Amino acid sequence: MWGFLLIPAAMIVGAFLTQPEPPPQPTDTIILLPDEDGSVGTLVVSGSTGQTTLNSAYATAQADSAGGLSAGTTSAAAVENEFGAMLAATPAAPRSFVVTFKSGSADTLSAESQAEVDEIKRYLLTLPAPEIQVIGHTDRVGSVEDNDRLSRARADTVKQFISDAGVTAVRIDSSGRGEREPVVATADGRAEARNRRVEIRVR
Amino acid sequence: MRPAVALLMLSLAPLTLAGEAAGTIKISRGDAHIVRGGQQLPATPGQHVEVSDSILTGSDGTVGITLNDDTRLTAGPDSTLELRRFVFDSTTHQGSLDASVQRGSLSVISGKIAKASPEAVSFSSPSVTLGVRGTRFIIKAGQEEN
Repeated sequence: MWGFLLIPAAMIVGAFLTQPEPPPQPTDTIILLPDEDGSVGTLVVSGSTGQTTLNSAYATAQADSAGGLSAGTTSAAAVENEFGAMLAATPAAPRSFVVTFKSGSADTLSAESQAEVDEIKRYLLTLPAPEIQVIGHTDRVGSVEDNDRLSRARADTVKQFISDAGVTAVRIDSSGRGEREPVVATADGRAEARNRRVEIRVR
Repeated sequence: MRPAVALLMLSLAPLTLAGEAAGTIKISRGDAHIVRGGQQLPATPGQHVEVSDSILTGSDGTVGITLNDDTRLTAGPDSTLELRRFVFDSTTHQGSLDASVQRGSLSVISGKIAKASPEAVSFSSPSVTLGVRGTRFIIKAGQEEN
């Protein structure tokens, strides 16, 4: 009795069954940027149905809702336009400085380093929430034990001038490595100005 | 190596567990929070970021973080970033890092772990996972709403 309805009903069901899938919608985008030194690294991007490798500056991979990935490229200008504010909030790159000391002294910097210290202080004052590591070293004049003490005293001197400059660090660690880590390897007992140093690592 | 032995070795490895500092917030602009154990804390410069923390930003929010291996992460506006795993041995530079962007955008400059053991670094968005070979990149999760 209701048979006349069956044909249109079947047509409607059929229409649903043969309806093409909606086209996949683009979802996440990955953009490879050149490193700060200008070199370009490699990213392997894996989606649920495939994988693509990005290895040139401003290469992009875009995922879609079906799990596919499509490769593309963008430009420095487009990245700056869309992501400039975010990129401007990138924390400063970690840096390290070296100051050298007069022979045997834990509190007198070499003449060259006197001038540098002001520059280091100025830099540290510009950094938000710096984490600072201060590592003292000596040359091989004197005993190993004396040099351990001297290296720690040098590190403490530098730590003090950083605090005195008004730098508010998240932390300042100071340690001494004695004569164990020379930048220039020498025989024991040899004076070497470049080894009488304090490294300041800043992040 | 038998799995039982591997598990034992993993458990002995120095780990950065939930509750330990994995990094430090350096820059925070606009509306930005850390979600830790269900609590929302304001994201301020100098504040530590721990494993299992999420960083949440509002429409004017941006947060720059330096992890302990020198990896630098910047979350853009309207973003959710989760630090799922962070292990770093400052002597060997070995470790592992797993971070995920659930929404919004993230820029990354990879650090020492990616140099020493790139296979142990992964970043993910809702639809992709990235393997990193020492590099700088942006992840944007989803499309802008028009």
